[in-house]
Amino acid sequence: MGKLFNVSSSPHVRDRITTQNLMFDVVIAMIPASVYGVWQFGFNALLVLVATVVACVLSEYVYEKLMKKPITITDGSAVVTGMILALNMPPEIPVWIPMLGGVFAIVVVKQLYGGLGQNFMNPALAARCFLLISFAGFMNDFSAASIGFDSVSGATPLAQLRAGQEVDLAALVIGRIPGTIGEVSVIALLIGAVYMIVRKVISPRIPLIYIGTVAVFIFVFGGFDVTYTLSEICAGGLIFGAFFMATDYVTSPLTVKGQVVYGIILGVLTGTFRLWGASPEGVSYAIILSNLLVPLIEKATLPTAFGKGGSKK
Amino acid sequence: MNKYIERIYNGIWKENPIFVQMLGLCPTLAVTTSAINGLGMGLSTTAVLVAANILIAALRKIIPDGVRLPAEIVVVASFVTIVDMLMEGFVPSLYSSLGLYIPLIVVNCIILGRAEAYAMKNGPILSAFDGIGMGLGFTIALVLIGSFREILGAGTIFGVTVTPASYQPISIFILAPGAFFVLAGLTALQNKLKAPSATNGSAKKKGKKSACSGDCLSCAGHVEESKEEK
Repeated sequence: MGKLFNVSSSPHVRDRITTQNLMFDVVIAMIPASVYGVWQFGFNALLVLVATVVACVLSEYVYEKLMKKPITITDGSAVVTGMILALNMPPEIPVWIPMLGGVFAIVVVKQLYGGLGQNFMNPALAARCFLLISFAGFMNDFSAASIGFDSVSGATPLAQLRAGQEVDLAALVIGRIPGTIGEVSVIALLIGAVYMIVRKVISPRIPLIYIGTVAVFIFVFGGFDVTYTLSEICAGGLIFGAFFMATDYVTSPLTVKGQVVYGIILGVLTGTFRLWGASPEGVSYAIILSNLLVPLIEKATLPTAFGKGGSKK
Repeated sequence: MNKYIERIYNGIWKENPIFVQMLGLCPTLAVTTSAINGLGMGLSTTAVLVAANILIAALRKIIPDGVRLPAEIVVVASFVTIVDMLMEGFVPSLYSSLGLYIPLIVVNCIILGRAEAYAMKNGPILSAFDGIGMGLGFTIALVLIGSFREILGAGTIFGVTVTPASYQPISIFILAPGAFFVLAGLTALQNKLKAPSATNGSAKKKGKKSACSGDCLSCAGHVEESKEEK
């Protein structure tokens, strides 16, 4: 009897999925959008991407080293945070701004609350809002962004829509518009999203409900205009936010019912901010506000445990 | 140490109203958008605190126990009204930037707390020194928080530019979230340096002999108040 019998407590069924390969899949899913952004906006976009990822990983390493905690940079979560943050930056931004944001995301939003899995907000988005409030001038400056060989002046499609102008829907889908590095190309983002859904990294529930709610909201309150509604969906950070940021495991509800509620809240908030807010874009604020509501949503949609509840006589 | 000096040391360091007792945080977070605002708020609160402490200590044997809170509020409110009018007359720009927070000194819990915990039990002169100590502690804390926020958020201190021209102000620090960041950062620093603080348990241990331990739940005043409510 040379066979070794292991006695261990549950769980006995294990999965091959680790934090590391999940994060790796998310990174792969962001590559089409990153490549498109770098191709369209040029060298500074690449610089921003690399610098932000380095800043995130380095600040995680330094913090954990100083606090004498286990070093977790190899799990890839800091890389994902850095990439999401970088893709949310305007292409011509001075590199130190996203780097500062990376340090804020990792140290203040993630590590001070206990590291991966403990943060109450999406670190990349919280950092983006921190930068948006602090450096409004830089963060809203899309004017210098060169598209291919031409330079476009001024407004993002959302600002144009706000001003009542028509936008070219085809340009929106392909991404030949001014905007942040990663949000411009709907096609590139959808390639990444499909990859994540096929690999079962995310479930399409939250993004679809989110985008659907925004569509209905804008359609109803924006004057029953199909082109306008489609432009609003393809413009700005909605697709990027819905698939890559609203689905963050740590800051979205676990239960199916909770995810439905969460998606609807996200959609209503985004629609409200876009139609009546001070700024034409509202995806970031909608997501971090909804992140704060997640514990409440989960409490309200807690499923009944097996053997509990049922009819009381 | 001389008991008068001790009161001042106590207010500034050992039982600093902001950093150790964590009292009066509402004006602290709201008005410290610049060092000068912090200084103005701190000094006007100090003036009210000293005057109210002296008067309440002088009246402590006349004020019946049952109406002591209303009596204290009347005294404090009178002094706040005087300070409010003086500031409006002599420093109108500071007055307008502090806005509502000047009248709100009436309900600042540091002032009521010192009246309850100290002035009602001690003589006028000692109470005056207690007021000076606490007021200076409050002022120093506000100026400190205000300076950090002003340097980070605007690149200036007391309105003088101190950062190099290439520095981009991080304007979130002069907005509401910045107040929380700075206060939390300073409190973390206190804990790191093992200075007295409400959040590392040191205030509780050290405070036993003095009038206010910073631990309101076990304070005699708290028990009396809750009894009165019943």
